Amino acid sequence: MNEATALDFNKNARSAVKDETLRAALQRGGAHFQGNRRAAIDTLPEFDRLRDEGRAIKDEVLENLDHYLEIFETNAQAAGGSVHWARDAAEARNIVLDICRSVDARTVNKGKTMIAEEIGLNEFLEENDIRPVETDLGEYIIQLRHERPSHIIAPAVHLTKGQVEQTFRKEHDDLDPNRSLEEPIELVAEARQVLRQKYFEAEVGITGANFLIAETGSSVIVTNEGNGDLSQILPRVHIVLASLEKVVPTLEDASTLMRLLARSATGQEMSVYTTVSTGPRRAADLDGPEQYHVILLDNGRSGMLGTEFQDMLRCIRCGACMNHCPVYQSVGGHTYGWVYVGPMGAVLTPQFVGVDTANHLPNASSFCGRCEEVCPMRIPLPKMMRHWREQAFEGGQVTGIQRRALKLWAYVAQRPRLYHRLARLPVGVLRRLAGRRGRLRSLPMGTAWTAHRDFPAPQGKTFQEQWAAQGGRTA
Amino acid sequence: MSSRQDILGKIRSSLGAEGTSAGKRAAVEDRIKTHRRNTVPARTDRTPADLQKLFAEKVTAVHGTVATVDGMAAAPEAVLDYLRQHNLPAQVILAPDPSLDAAPWADSKLLETRRGKADPDDQVSVTSAVAAVAESGTLIATSGPDHPSTLNFLPETHIVVLPAGRIAKSYEDVWDQLRARHGAELPRTINMITGPSRSGDIEQTLTLGAHGPRRLHVIIVADA
Ligand code: SF4
Repeated sequence: MNEATALDFNKNARSAVKDETLRAALQRGGAHFQGNRRAAIDTLPEFDRLRDEGRAIKDEVLENLDHYLEIFETNAQAAGGSVHWARDAAEARNIVLDICRSVDARTVNKGKTMIAEEIGLNEFLEENDIRPVETDLGEYIIQLRHERPSHIIAPAVHLTKGQVEQTFRKEHDDLDPNRSLEEPIELVAEARQVLRQKYFEAEVGITGANFLIAETGSSVIVTNEGNGDLSQILPRVHIVLASLEKVVPTLEDASTLMRLLARSATGQEMSVYTTVSTGPRRAADLDGPEQYHVILLDNGRSGMLGTEFQDMLRCIRCGACMNHCPVYQSVGGHTYGWVYVGPMGAVLTPQFVGVDTANHLPNASSFCGRCEEVCPMRIPLPKMMRHWREQAFEGGQVTGIQRRALKLWAYVAQRPRLYHRLARLPVGVLRRLAGRRGRLRSLPMGTAWTAHRDFPAPQGKTFQEQWAAQGGRTA
Repeated sequence: MSSRQDILGKIRSSLGAEGTSAGKRAAVEDRIKTHRRNTVPARTDRTPADLQKLFAEKVTAVHGTVATVDGMAAAPEAVLDYLRQHNLPAQVILAPDPSLDAAPWADSKLLETRRGKADPDDQVSVTSAVAAVAESGTLIATSGPDHPSTLNFLPETHIVVLPAGRIAKSYEDVWDQLRARHGAELPRTINMITGPSRSGDIEQTLTLGAHGPRRLHVIIVADA
């Protein structure tokens, strides 16, 4: 179920860089998100202080995660909600199925949730004769195309409007074939109309959670479209899929993280809809779900606590690391082969699918450090990628020469000034080595890295210099 | 062993926190109870009049619109004005919210109102909001018999009649108000609404009205 193709990183990357349409789409997306983020944080002088506070909130929660989860559970139940604990993906899927069956659900509406992707929920529901309908526009498009999201907040960022038009014409075949469908506004209107009907058919609505609030037993979702809201207030049952680390102490703490999240993600001050849900509808309410379930998914996270990967559990899934990653920006999300992509994916995927399956991923980095610079939760992503690399190394997936080269690489990469100096130095040398193809098959300093993909020969400037010149800004 | 015990056990062993942890539990409970505030942006340190101005600016910046009226009595006319400007039918679904009763909805011969939750065919909803946040131009609506949540999402046009006194500085101020009003148990849904619905999923082109309202109009009612 939802198998990882991370093993194919180099094959994926090779075809991705040749795909002109994809490159154009990625470039547009990258420039858009980077510019918007910059503009949003420039108007909030307190941004860096909020980052420090956000990090401290999550660190304290992680150190006391057992207590916060128990308190969350008590308060969610007191408000009439049900809390379910799932050790792994299979348990979580079965809990969802049991709830669906208990109300004879045929159709399930889904707001955007990465946890559903992580546990491979859609395929599973289909196998069990329950139709999952994605309602987030980007997710809906890729569901029609049978693709995976290529970005955690912009799942269809790899597609052009022409591709979306083709998909809609093919799938919405009961609509007038001569209708105009060229502009995004027409495409959005069509999706709105088609999905509107579906909202009223579903017995169950599933959303994710950006935060769980221990104080009140609530879950919080953040969207721009309003689909997550219609998905939870129209059906009889609302199921929230959340991983353990989503819990925060109070509404105040959630507010601090909200101020970081939208700015880092899309450059908005707030997403359009931030919704705090607590329990099922009350006796006198005129709408809202009759049942409210929260599924708390572990799936290996408890094992990350107390390790060098604990910091990764601070992640609020904003996507800034991939929006600023030169590797992601040139190969796109699908190349990473699994649900989580970009730098955060390169750290998380080996955790979920095993470092032997995903051993290329921690190497899919130029160690330029921009991901860490922009991460609102100050997660040391490059350091964690190096941890994985070292583990792959100890696991014997690396040869002796590569071992020495990697040690040197690690030494250099940890010293940004030296890295930048060295990275600029060998331009001439590297270009001669590359010959006319302009690509290097092996790099003396990092054979393990180039063994998995061609290293583009420097074109006279270092990657970071070129990046800056092309309008990619340094945070 | 149940999944719950198993997961909590694993967390404790990873954290090296086996055995008694009564002290930690008390510290965590205390941490929650104090509702400690983190940094609240200084941009809202203003007089109430300035706060209202900031709120209006922020709503406009996210493609909402704002009008101001002198008192509740003028609200129905302001609603009609807006509907006329946008060629919308003069039929609205009005929230069963007693705070809207002060306006003479029934006196207006042109405006047709029905009260209740939203149906799929409703084009325009009129609601109030329990609070608003100047910092980001955010409206706060809480679900209840007086304000079904569907009113905020199903119609294409959402008009919010907002008494000026409800404009708070920050989210934190609103949480304190809600705690004072509802005690330990929050309403089922708190909607924080910042502008009309939108999507950027197709080539990052901003498109309004993805699933929720295409238009969000706030009528601020000046304090009497
Ligand atoms: S790792 Fe940081 S930048 Fe990347 S998604 Fe998570 S919080 Fe955002």
